[in-house]
Amino acid sequence: MHTDMFSYTVWIPLILLAAFLLVGLLSDKLKPLVAGLISTAAILLAAVLAYSAAAGYFFGAGLQDGHYTTLIPFEQLWLRFTDTLVIKMGILLDPISVMMLVVVTTVSAMVHIYSFGYMKGEKGFQRYYAFLSLFSFSMLGLVMATNLFQMYIFWELVGVSSYLLIGFYYQRPSAVAASKKAFIVTRFADLGFLIGILLLSYYTRTFDFMTLTQPNSGILSSAAGVSFMGASVLTWALVLIFMGGAGKSAMFPLHIWLPDAMEGPTPVSALIHAATMVVAGVYLVARLFAVYALGAPAALEVVAFIGAFTSLFAAIIAITQTDIKRVLAYSTISQIGYMMLALGVSGYGSEAGLGYTASMFHLFTHAMFKALLFLGAGAVIHAVHSNEMTDMGGLRKHLPITHFTFLIAALAISGIPPLAGFFSKDEILAAAHGHYPLYFWSGWFVAGLTAFYMFRLYFRVFWGEDRQYEHKPHDAPPSMAIALIFLALASVVVGFIPFSHYVSANGEPYTTHMHWQVAALSVAIAVAGIGLAAWMYLRPGTVADRLAAAMPGLYKWSKNKFYIDEIYLWVTRTLIFKGLAWPIAWFDRHVVDGTMNGMAWATAQVSEKIKGLQSGQLQQYAYAMVLGAVAFLLLLLYWGA
Amino acid sequence: MDRLSLLVWVPVITMIVISFFKDPKKVRLIAAAGMAVQLVQIILLMLAFFAERQAGNDAEMLFFKDIAWYSNLNIHYTVGIDGISLSLILLTGIVIFTGVFASWEITDRAQEFFITLILLATGVFGFFISLDLFTMFLFYELAVIPMYLLIGIWGSGPKEYSAMKLTLMLMGASALLLVGLLGIYFNSAPDGGPLTFNYIEISKIHLPEAVQYFFFPLTFVGFGVLAALYPFHTWSPDGHASAPTAVSMLHAGVLMKLGGYGALRIAVMLMPQAAHEMAWIFIILATIGAVYGALGAIAQKDLKYINAYSSVSHLGLILFATLIFNQVAFEGAVLQMISHGLITALFFALIGMIYSRTHTRNIYEMGGIMKVMPVLGTAYMVAGFASLGLPGFSAFVAEMTIFVGSFQNSALFVRVATILVISSIVITAVYILRAAAIMLYGPLRKQEFELLPDARWYDKVAVFILIGAIAGMGMFPNWLAEMIYTDFTPMFNRFIAN
Repeated sequence: MHTDMFSYTVWIPLILLAAFLLVGLLSDKLKPLVAGLISTAAILLAAVLAYSAAAGYFFGAGLQDGHYTTLIPFEQLWLRFTDTLVIKMGILLDPISVMMLVVVTTVSAMVHIYSFGYMKGEKGFQRYYAFLSLFSFSMLGLVMATNLFQMYIFWELVGVSSYLLIGFYYQRPSAVAASKKAFIVTRFADLGFLIGILLLSYYTRTFDFMTLTQPNSGILSSAAGVSFMGASVLTWALVLIFMGGAGKSAMFPLHIWLPDAMEGPTPVSALIHAATMVVAGVYLVARLFAVYALGAPAALEVVAFIGAFTSLFAAIIAITQTDIKRVLAYSTISQIGYMMLALGVSGYGSEAGLGYTASMFHLFTHAMFKALLFLGAGAVIHAVHSNEMTDMGGLRKHLPITHFTFLIAALAISGIPPLAGFFSKDEILAAAHGHYPLYFWSGWFVAGLTAFYMFRLYFRVFWGEDRQYEHKPHDAPPSMAIALIFLALASVVVGFIPFSHYVSANGEPYTTHMHWQVAALSVAIAVAGIGLAAWMYLRPGTVADRLAAAMPGLYKWSKNKFYIDEIYLWVTRTLIFKGLAWPIAWFDRHVVDGTMNGMAWATAQVSEKIKGLQSGQLQQYAYAMVLGAVAFLLLLLYWGA
Repeated sequence: MDRLSLLVWVPVITMIVISFFKDPKKVRLIAAAGMAVQLVQIILLMLAFFAERQAGNDAEMLFFKDIAWYSNLNIHYTVGIDGISLSLILLTGIVIFTGVFASWEITDRAQEFFITLILLATGVFGFFISLDLFTMFLFYELAVIPMYLLIGIWGSGPKEYSAMKLTLMLMGASALLLVGLLGIYFNSAPDGGPLTFNYIEISKIHLPEAVQYFFFPLTFVGFGVLAALYPFHTWSPDGHASAPTAVSMLHAGVLMKLGGYGALRIAVMLMPQAAHEMAWIFIILATIGAVYGALGAIAQKDLKYINAYSSVSHLGLILFATLIFNQVAFEGAVLQMISHGLITALFFALIGMIYSRTHTRNIYEMGGIMKVMPVLGTAYMVAGFASLGLPGFSAFVAEMTIFVGSFQNSALFVRVATILVISSIVITAVYILRAAAIMLYGPLRKQEFELLPDARWYDKVAVFILIGAIAGMGMFPNWLAEMIYTDFTPMFNRFIAN
C-alpha cells in the first residue's frame, strides 16, 4: 500500500519529543547556544520530513482515482476502554493534515531561528527552547491525530505548552496572571470539547476520524435521531465540540485570554498565538467537517455566526488599542473569525465546499503573514524596548528590513493584490455571499477595518516623528532578518498556490475562478481603509483625537474591549470566589465540621454530667443496687400479673 | 512460607531489626533497606503474576493460601491476589518506600517513628491480600491505630486535637463497618450450612434482599468515611495538616484507598441489589464531594489544606465510579485510586520538603520560590499538572476511564451527575494554578528565602520515583488498565448475574 512509504512521518513528532526531553532534562547543564541548536536542528529536520511528506502526498500517493485519500501510515493502541472505544496514537495524512505539517514546521523553524537573536542573553534560554520543542511536538501530534481522543490529548498538551511559554518570565506578575488565565479559560472550553466527545462517541461507538467522517455510513444516524431539548444529540455534541475549538481559537466570548497571552515572548506569540495553536479550533471543525455538514447543519450555522460576529467584534477593538502586540492579537482573533465563518457557510462537496477550501487557504496564508507581523513587531520591540505605539515613530529609517517586510505583511493582511491575503480573503467573501449576504457585508466591512487598523499601526510606528529612544534603534540582527525575509517571500508567493486543486471538503480537486465583483469591492474598501489611515495618521494633526471625541461612547467601549474582561472578573471573583468557594470553605469548617465537633462536645458534656455516678463509694453502690433490685422486682410483679 | 505472607513478614522483620537500634541514622537506613526489599519483592510478585496469567492461569485469585485459624467461627487466614489488589499493593510499596526517604530528617524518637510507620504499612499490605472479611478487618484496624500515635506524637500544630478527631471518626466508621461485616457473615449461608467470612465465597451467593438493604449502607458508609465521603470528610483536612510528611503521604496515598477498595469490593460487590437501589443517595454525596471539595480547595491558604480538599474531590470521583455499575467505571475507580495515591503522595512529600525549608505552609507567606528551589518548584508544577489531569500523567488516564465508563450509563440522572463531576476538573485547574502562581512565581517575597537549599539527594529519591511512576502510568497505561479490566470480569459477571 501507499501507506508504507509514509511510515517515516511518525518521526516528525518524535524527533521533537526527543529534543524536548534532551534539552528539558539537561537544561542548565547545556550551554544556551547548544540547547538552541539542538531544538533548531530538530525542527529543521522535522520540516524537511514534512516537506517531503507534502510533496509525496500531493504530487503522488495521495491522489487516487481522482481524489485525495486519507492515509494512516502508523497507528498504535494506547488505552482500551471497551471493545470499540479505544484511544489509539497514530498518524493521519490527508490534505489538511499535510498542509498543517507544512505550516507548523515552517513557522516553528522560523521562530526557532529568529529566537537566537531575540532571546539572546535571556535567563532561561534553554528552558525556552525546550518548551518550543514541546509545543512543536504537541502541535504536530494534534494535527496528525487519527481520532478525537488523540486530538484531545495533544490539544491539552499544546495548552500546557502555551501556559508555560506565556508565563516564561515567571517573575513578572502580569505574565503569571496571563498564563493562568489562558490555561483556565481554554480548560473551561475544553470541558465542552470533552463532553462533546463523550456524547458523540456514546452514539457512534467510535473515536476514529476515518469512521466518523465517512459519508453515507449511517454511523451518525443514531445520534441524529435522538433529540434533546429541541435539537438532535448530534447537534449538541458538535456544538459542545465547537466550544472547545472556540476556546482555543479565541472566539467570542472565550477570546479574553489571547490578548493577555501577549505577555509571553514575542516569537512565542508569533508561533503559538498567531500561526498555529490558535487555529487549532478551525482545524478541529475542518477535521470533523463531514460530520458537521452532513449530520448537523444547525451546528454549522452556530460556527458561521460566531465566526462572523467575532471577526467584526475583534476588528472594532483593534482600532483603538495602542499596544502593538494587542492590536495584532485582536487582528488574529478577527482573522480566525473569518476562517470560522468560511467553514460555517460551506457546503459539502467540491465546488459547494468553496468555504472549506477558502478557510484552509486563509489559515495557510494567514499563518505566514501574521507570523511575519508578530516577528516584525518583535524586531520593533527589540529595538525600542516598549510595546506602546506612543513610544514609536519614524522607525522606517532605523529599521529598513523590518520596515519593508512589515509593509508586505500589512498589505497582505489588508487584501491588496497580488499578496497572499487577497486571494484567500476573496474566496471567503465569495463563499459567504453564496450562503447569506449579510455575512458577506459584515466580512467586507471587516476587510476595511482590517486595512485601517493595520495601517494605523504601520504609520504610527514607521512614519512620523522620531521619539526619545534609549539608544539608536538598530535593525534586526541576521538571525531575525532571515526569518523576516523568508516569511515576507512566503507572504508574496503562497497566494498563487491553486489551493482548490489540493484541498476540498470531499477530497476531490476542482478549479476556482476569481470572483471579480467581490475582488473589486474588497480591494476598494481595503484601499479606502489604508487611505483613511494615511489621512489620519500620516500627517501631523488631531483628526484621530477629534474623531474619538466625536464618538465617545463607541471609543470608550472599543478601548475597554467592550468590558468583557470585567464581566469575567465579576463572575470569577464575585460569583465563584466570594459567592461559592469562600462560603463553602466556611460552611465546611463551621457547619459540617461543627456538627462533628458538636457531637464530640455533647458526648463530653454528657459524660461530665453523669461521671458523678462512678463515685467509688461502696455505700452508694450498695444503695443503688438495692434500689434497682426493688424496682426490677416491682416491674416483674407488675408485668407478671 | 507462601509468597503473599512475605508481604507482611518483610515489614515485620524490618520492625524487629529496627527495635535493636537507637541511632536515627541507622534506623532510617534499615527502614529504607527493608522497604527496598519489600518493593523489589512486589515487583517480582508482579512479574510472577504476569507469568501465571500468561501461562493461562485464569483463577480469580492467584497465590491463594488458606489456613483456618479459628474454626469455631470459620475464621480463616485466606490470602490471594488479582490484578486489582496487586496494583494497589504496588502503590503501597512505592508510597512507603518513598515515605521513608521523605522522613529522612526525623531525629526525634526515630526508632519509634519508623516502627509505627512500618506497622501502618503492614496493616495495609495485610488488608489488600486478605480474602477473609474478619482478617481483613483486623489488618484494617492495624493500619488505622498507628495513625493516632504518629499524628499525636510527631505531628505539628493542634496535633492532639487532630489525632483525636481523626481516630474517633475512623473508629466510629469501624463500628458501622463491623456491624456490616458481621451482618454479612451471619447471612452468608441462607440455605443452611457453615457461615463464612470469605468474600469470594459470599459473592457467589445471593444475600437476602432485606439483609442487603440493612447492611449495605452501613458497610458503604463505614468504608466511605475513610474515603472522605461527604459529609464525613472533615477529619481529613485537620488530620493531614497536623500529620508528619510521611504519614500524610501514606494516609492520603494509601489508607484512604482502603475505603474506596472496600466500598467497591465489599459493599457494592457483595450487595448488588441494595447498591443498585440506594446508589442515587451515594451518587449525590459523591458528586457533592467531587465538586465541593474542589471549590473548597480554592479558598484555602495552607498547602496541606489545599491538598486535603483536593483529595476529598478526587476521592469523590472514586466513590462516584463505584456506583455506576459498569466494568469500565469500576476499572476507572481502581486506576484513580492508584493515580491519586501516587500524586497526592508526591504533593505531600513536596509540601513537607518546602515546609522544612520555609517553616510555613501558608502560600501567601511564600512567593517566587521557584527561583530559589527550581527542582522542588518544578516537581510541584509536575504534581500540579498531573493532578489537574494533563495527558501524559496518570490522572488523565484514570479520570478519562471513569468519565467514559460513566457516560455509558445513559440514565438522565447519572448523565447530569457525570457532567457535574467532569466539571470538577476545571475547578482543579483553578486551585492548582492559583497556588502555584502565588507560591512559586512572581518576585521573591521574603529575602531570607534567598539562601534556602534546593532538594537534597534523599528528597530527590522520593520525588523522582513518584514522578517516574506517575509519568510511567500516564504514558503507558494500557498494561495496567487491561490487567485491572480483565480481572474485574469474573467479579463483574457475578455482579450482573446477581
